[in-house]
Amino acid sequence: MSKSKKILALALSAAMSLSLLAGCGGGGDASGKPAGSTGGTSTPAPAGSGGASGATGSVYYLNFKPEQDGDWQELAKLYTQETGVEVKVQTAASGQYETTLMSEIAKTDAPTLFQVNGPEGLANWKDYCYDLSGSKIAGELSSDDFALMDGSAMSGIAYVIETYGIIVNTKLLGDAGYSLDDIKSFEDLKKVAEDITARKDELGFAAFTSAGMDGSSDWRFKTHLANLPIYFEYEADGIGDTAAIKGTYLDNYRAMWDLYINNCTCAPTLLSAKTGDDSVAEFVTEQAVFYQNGTWAYGDVADVGDENLGMLPIYIGVGDEASQGLCTGTENYWCVNKNAKPEDIQATLDFMYWCATSETGLEYMCSGDHMGFVVPFKGNLESGNLLVNIANDYVSQGKTSVKWCFPTMPSEEWKNVLGSALTAYAADQTDANWETVRAAFVDNWAAEKSK
Amino acid sequence: MEKTIKRYFPIFLGPTFAAFIIGFIVPFLMGIYLSFCDFRTVIDAKPNGIDNYIRAFQDTDFVHAFGFTAAFTVVTLVLINVIAFAVAMVLTREIKGTNLFRTVFFMPNLIGGIVLGYVWQLIFNGILARYDLALKISAKYGFWGLVVVICWQQIGYMMIIYIAGLQSIPGELNEAAEIDGANGWQRLWSVTIPNMMPSITICTFLTLTNGFKLFDQNLSLTAGEPMKQTEMLALNIFNTFYGRVGYQGVGQAKVVLFFILVVALGLIQLKMTRSKEVQQ
Repeated sequence: MSKSKKILALALSAAMSLSLLAGCGGGGDASGKPAGSTGGTSTPAPAGSGGASGATGSVYYLNFKPEQDGDWQELAKLYTQETGVEVKVQTAASGQYETTLMSEIAKTDAPTLFQVNGPEGLANWKDYCYDLSGSKIAGELSSDDFALMDGSAMSGIAYVIETYGIIVNTKLLGDAGYSLDDIKSFEDLKKVAEDITARKDELGFAAFTSAGMDGSSDWRFKTHLANLPIYFEYEADGIGDTAAIKGTYLDNYRAMWDLYINNCTCAPTLLSAKTGDDSVAEFVTEQAVFYQNGTWAYGDVADVGDENLGMLPIYIGVGDEASQGLCTGTENYWCVNKNAKPEDIQATLDFMYWCATSETGLEYMCSGDHMGFVVPFKGNLESGNLLVNIANDYVSQGKTSVKWCFPTMPSEEWKNVLGSALTAYAADQTDANWETVRAAFVDNWAAEKSK
Repeated sequence: MEKTIKRYFPIFLGPTFAAFIIGFIVPFLMGIYLSFCDFRTVIDAKPNGIDNYIRAFQDTDFVHAFGFTAAFTVVTLVLINVIAFAVAMVLTREIKGTNLFRTVFFMPNLIGGIVLGYVWQLIFNGILARYDLALKISAKYGFWGLVVVICWQQIGYMMIIYIAGLQSIPGELNEAAEIDGANGWQRLWSVTIPNMMPSITICTFLTLTNGFKLFDQNLSLTAGEPMKQTEMLALNIFNTFYGRVGYQGVGQAKVVLFFILVVALGLIQLKMTRSKEVQQ
């Protein structure tokens, strides 16, 4: 063996070990198969449980909400204890739901219960959705508005109604010399925020938490904040969806975005690196007064103390601001995988029905100690979630809730492009960069809708 | 002996061969087939001709990713190989603690790409934050950030290969050249480098293909920001496949194009450097 061959052999074996290492780096999520759920279902017979109708199937729920993962796991365990039906819950990492679903659903052991985020998500998955019309769970819906229809087929059922707005630390607001009643419009909000910024050093806190554009936080702006100009445009035009958005209220969107990024805890150039956790931390440690997020974030901000928490509508200076409420809707629809085995479909339907009707199920879904949801089912319990109750107050005061129009956004791609454009604009606030945002909003809407 | 090997070769070869078929051949062929299909998941494909390829070429982001990747590969190819070679030269001298240095230089390789990307993201953002800047606001920062990370990771690895190569050059050759009056540079150019060509072949091949295939570090360090300007080919393909409804087929077509590209470049490079190798 000549020396050069030796080197070659050495180098090649080195190359092999390198590619092995590379392999380790990439496929972290490939092994998502918990032990004990392999093929042959060996579930114990449902000893003495009445409602399980002799089900031998099993349920595999691919959960969307990481913040509720623990509760779902517990609930699944309780269900198994009660009925003997095996329920496996797996949660996709934040922002990775579609990716995870795509690979999971191609497996033999595919999820039987998954979720889509509305009409756009349904377009991708409708071939997999079992028609839920006439099912027991469908009969539990408090309104037909909460069913996601594909023609005459009921493809999805909403399982949570949520509300977002600007969460306020009223104690800090008081320290700055204002109260919630002082803010009734965009102009008021702007005045207060800019005053706080001007006195930032003296007060020791900023107006807004960082508008982080990291993937863990950017949906608050590219999706939730972007909902407002879309909603007002739909309202003005009397429509519910459109193939070509006009961007009538983009100037208001810009004004709001300017307000967020120039009155927050850090320089606007740093926003691209800020995460969702950063925002929460800033809010909880009293570094900022305002934090745009929704009822699902109650667990994160509860440390501030219920007496110090309030919520404001997201005023962007459009329409009748005096009667504007919070943004309420859903983008969480349960779908049952129609390609699953019939007994698994039945088991899944039973599980859904149990969650929506049984005492334990409702307790877990609605109680503030657990998921704290408002569920669109007849058995909905009063919530222990303070933010939910604030949202209800707005409704009972006769304020008009802003609808969630973002399920009609053309695609994830549209949101991502808009998010990137907003980030670039935050770092360098020129008209040219706003033009990129406008193009991402208007031109790309038409382009993505036509695909 | 021969007979025993003949009899038992399926036992030794079988498992690896089966793994190779399952893990490589089957996905590869399926992938080529799927690139001519419209599909959501791999089990519901419907053929649609070369539509996917047309859409792949129409994608300006894909074309941009190609340019960015090519620039990145050229820069890292040169930097990694030159620096690794230099470090190897230094560490084959008889100086104290060479083994310690070799270990330290090699260590970045032991960290997976995703972790590395996030760690370096913190480091870069920590430094840039002092100037109110962040990594993701400019493609320039993203590009050089990636270059730094990859150099840091791969120099040590290539260094090991170069050290092995240097140590296998017979000492007599250099001595003879020295006696003939060759100075240091002449010895480097006319003795060392020609004898190092096998190592150089391997190292350039590795850095070239690694540059084109780079994914983990790109995903974790910049994720393509700002505005997809630091998106490299592999990440672009991933985002096409997983990030866009109805684009799975296009992503698959891009993969096939990507495969052809990397193989072609690899072969050309091998041919070029091989021809310069000398027989001892």
